[in-house]
Amino acid sequence: MPAVSKGDGMRGLAVFISDIRNCKSKEAEIKRINKELANIRSKFKGDKALDGYSKKKYVCKLLFIFLLGHDIDFGHMEAVNLLSSNKYTEKQIGYLFISVLVNSNSELIRLINNAIKNDLASRNPTFMCLALHCIANVGSREMAEAFAGEIPRILVAGDTMDSVKQSAALCLLRLYKTSPDLVVMGEWTSRVVHLLNDQHMGVVTAAISLITCLSQKNPDEFKTCVSLAVSRLSRIVSSASTDLQDYTYYFVPAPWLSCKLLRLLQCYPPPEDGAVKGRLVECLETILNKAQEPPKSKKVQHSNAKNAILFEAISLIIHYDSEPNLLVRACNQLGQFLQHRETNLRYLALESMCTLASSEFSHEAVKTHIETVINALKTERDVSVRQRAADLLYAMCDRSNAKQIVAEMLSYLETADYSIREEMVLKVAILAEKYAVDYSWYVDTILNLIRIAGDYVSEEVWYRVIQIVINRDDVQGYAAKTVFEALQAPACHENMVKVGGYILGEFGNLIAGDPRSSPLVQFNLLHSKFHLCSVPTRALLLSAYIKFINLFPETKPTIQEVLRSDSQIRNSDVELQQRAVEYLKLSSIASTDVLATVLEEMPPFPERESSILAKLKKKKGPGALPVSELEEGKREGGGELNGGADRGNDMSAAASNASTPSPSTDLLGLRSAAAIGSAGPSTGSLLVDVFSEAGPTALSSGVNDEGFLRDLEPPTESSDSLLIEAPGESDSEDSAPPLPESDELLNKFVCKNNGVLFENQLLQIGIKSEYRQNLGRMYLFYGNKTSVQFLNVQTKPVEPLVEGGAQVQQVINIECLTDFSEAPLLNIKFRYGGALQNITLKLPVTINKFFQPTEMASQDFFQRWKQLNLPQQEAQKIFKASHGMDIELLKTKLLGLGCALLENVDPNPENFVCAGVIQTKAQQVGCLLRLEPNAQAQMYRLTLRSSKDTVSKRLCELLAEQF
Amino acid sequence: MIRFVLIQNRAGKTRLAKWYMQFDDDEKQKLIEEVHAVVTVRDAKHTNFVEFRSFKIIYRRYAGLYFCICVDVADNNLAYLEAIHNFVEVLNEYFHNVCELDLVFNFYKVYTVVDEMFLAGEIRETSQTKVLKQLLLLQSLD
Repeated sequence: MPAVSKGDGMRGLAVFISDIRNCKSKEAEIKRINKELANIRSKFKGDKALDGYSKKKYVCKLLFIFLLGHDIDFGHMEAVNLLSSNKYTEKQIGYLFISVLVNSNSELIRLINNAIKNDLASRNPTFMCLALHCIANVGSREMAEAFAGEIPRILVAGDTMDSVKQSAALCLLRLYKTSPDLVVMGEWTSRVVHLLNDQHMGVVTAAISLITCLSQKNPDEFKTCVSLAVSRLSRIVSSASTDLQDYTYYFVPAPWLSCKLLRLLQCYPPPEDGAVKGRLVECLETILNKAQEPPKSKKVQHSNAKNAILFEAISLIIHYDSEPNLLVRACNQLGQFLQHRETNLRYLALESMCTLASSEFSHEAVKTHIETVINALKTERDVSVRQRAADLLYAMCDRSNAKQIVAEMLSYLETADYSIREEMVLKVAILAEKYAVDYSWYVDTILNLIRIAGDYVSEEVWYRVIQIVINRDDVQGYAAKTVFEALQAPACHENMVKVGGYILGEFGNLIAGDPRSSPLVQFNLLHSKFHLCSVPTRALLLSAYIKFINLFPETKPTIQEVLRSDSQIRNSDVELQQRAVEYLKLSSIASTDVLATVLEEMPPFPERESSILAKLKKKKGPGALPVSELEEGKREGGGELNGGADRGNDMSAAASNASTPSPSTDLLGLRSAAAIGSAGPSTGSLLVDVFSEAGPTALSSGVNDEGFLRDLEPPTESSDSLLIEAPGESDSEDSAPPLPESDELLNKFVCKNNGVLFENQLLQIGIKSEYRQNLGRMYLFYGNKTSVQFLNVQTKPVEPLVEGGAQVQQVINIECLTDFSEAPLLNIKFRYGGALQNITLKLPVTINKFFQPTEMASQDFFQRWKQLNLPQQEAQKIFKASHGMDIELLKTKLLGLGCALLENVDPNPENFVCAGVIQTKAQQVGCLLRLEPNAQAQMYRLTLRSSKDTVSKRLCELLAEQF
Repeated sequence: MIRFVLIQNRAGKTRLAKWYMQFDDDEKQKLIEEVHAVVTVRDAKHTNFVEFRSFKIIYRRYAGLYFCICVDVADNNLAYLEAIHNFVEVLNEYFHNVCELDLVFNFYKVYTVVDEMFLAGEIRETSQTKVLKQLLLLQSLD
């Protein structure tokens, strides 16, 4: 065997390295280095031509200096010169220098590439390998351009040495990764795949990495590798421990190659060919069997190599997820490892079991290990192992064991490492919500969470508990009682104060009967925490106080006193001051009724995916999380649940709008109402209540019933009128039937929100509307096209007359209670000259206005599509195109519809697919749409699927008129 | 795929750094320091694996030297752990009872050993016999 003495061959280098090592200080080292650099520079610049040896020695010294962390700005040329030496040692140093210190100096790159080209053509395997290693190490685009065509040829040529093939395969892999466009396999594909059959195991080991990478990118072209890989694997697995000689490692035949083969197979689904599949299953069984055999050596290397294969085999079994027998065996094997004395094995077993837990075949088998895993969570010394145990508990949790697992995770949290607390908190919160059977348990769990790890409870978590309490009236009393008790603790976490403030503000009345938690006691308790809290929490508490005034009139003087104090009403924080001022004013001037309406209990939140889950997903995502994304996540959570802070704000905004309903502030008002709209329709109704008697228009009942456009006919007019007689009487009282063209007019507005609804010689009605969730607001503009006045148009809020050429505006607030098919009617009566004009139109409010777009990937779309497979959930129409088939126009219309137009979802690019959720107060209805144009026949096929049959039907009717 | 290979001593001095993906020099220095900080605090009861940024480090300590391989999260831990040992055994044969100083004085040869066994972030050759035979051949060349 070779033995190498210190720095043999280059004495000068060894001396220099010794000198550096003997330097007592950093300064001494720098001094020595500078001396050497000066020396080398002078040698390189000197008149005397340096011989190869010296050049090699100096370049090597420069490299050493660079590796010590010093900049090197010369010597590149000398290194390049070394490349063309015909001595191996000189060439090697040259290539090493280039590989370590490469920079994209284009001049040098040309020279380097030239040297590489010569070496590749040299037919000297040593030189060829050096050149290939250099390309593999540098992997620049320039090199890919120069050599991507040549290397496949070297790789598959019959006369290429094995070691060169190994290097060529991996060199090609590197180039493919950096410049995939330049590496074209084409004609080489089959010969590369057949390298899996190569006699030389080293060639297979190297080539398989290349094949795996290419298979991931072009699975179809490389799929023949599956059967080759299976037979290769089978030969290795069934070989005796000594058969493979050089490739046996501690009695394990070819462990790395086996792992790579198993990994390659994970690029593909299970083999379709029965024989291949049978052979593979046999291999996997053999691997599992071997794990049970007594070890052939006590060395850890033996068991590690064996288990490396075992874990890779288990990965493949999980990847296939189709062999229940193998999955359960894998699970049992991992179960044994859970108690192994090797920490590595316990860690890997926990990690691997986590994926097994998600398979339906092995979920139950994984669950049997719960006690061991809980024990691991409590006793493992390595935090990363405990982390895996926590992951596994989370993965194996279901309704049957949720209480136990959540309890264990909670108790672990008390001592958990700081690094994993936040994630643990999220997991506990998710499990508690997901598997809550009774919600008092859920509330207890979350409050415990805040008590134990308050600092790690993110906003999403406490937003969520409030959302759930608001939505479930069976738990509200319990929640109020529990937070009240939790707040008794002398030091409680600010998050607890937030939850407490919010819940007592909403539901404090439910426990006020008990003298121990009387209104004043509740208030004093909350207020005792006030001064220790941050501004957002204080703002929330102020909103809770004003809610108290509504809930408990007897607390009014006390609370007003607090609001009036200088520390509130003159608080330097604008938000707090504004709240104090507004709430004080509101409580003093508003009547009990108004107060009760403004401070009404929060309506239920729309159900949607838990924001915590989204947060956990993000946390678990690969790579460090960009801050902006996190922020976004928070904002999202905030929007979804709307913290108390925002809410108070919006309330006051709404109230101030109410007093000044000029068109411009109205528009602004709408926007702020829309922002809170996501939290619930309360502001909507609040606004309306203040505005007028009309209230939110119940769409199903039709606008005309509400009577806010009711014509008031003055008696004088009517007595003069000829129409007074007989049927005229009832005519003037009743609305006219809808105009024949009203349906057509309605259809104009399905895909747009603004425009002219109606026009005749006298009157033009324009519409502007905005929708958010299940709320909408519509502005109707009545334009007088004549030059005379319309008299007695209506009562308030519109002026009772419209000047010639002028316009009046009417605002309608809309709330969608449930889905509907008939548009509300709008009846307009006015007098022109002596004649009563009576027009009834359909108000252009259609179900699609309450669409919320939903973005989803192709897979999700079709999965949901398939789920909505009941015959009544689908509505379909085939109809002729009536407006041409301009793609852009179609897109505009589909977007105008309000749902999300999904790109790259339908396999046929001609087709359009959309997804959205119809928001009504009663429920949310998910809708999927598919529009398939047939340009040749000028026909469309439109298919709607939604969870509610009436919605599918109505949308289909509406849309069929649009294209 | 291997992202980088590092050999460091307990004091944090780098004895080998081999990079398989592009980093600029500052980033390399930062990685070296981070790896040292992460690995040296662990004891024998800990696993040989550490999560590291969006990758993981598989490492093993030999006397005063830490051999660290940074790989993708989905890669096979034990296979790389034994790849380290295989590499160390080759160094041990090649340098006849390798010690830290051998790596210092023969740093340019260590790169050759690495390139024989790992290339482009993948395992190139695993047979110690084959690698040592090749190294012997190269040793005999001028």
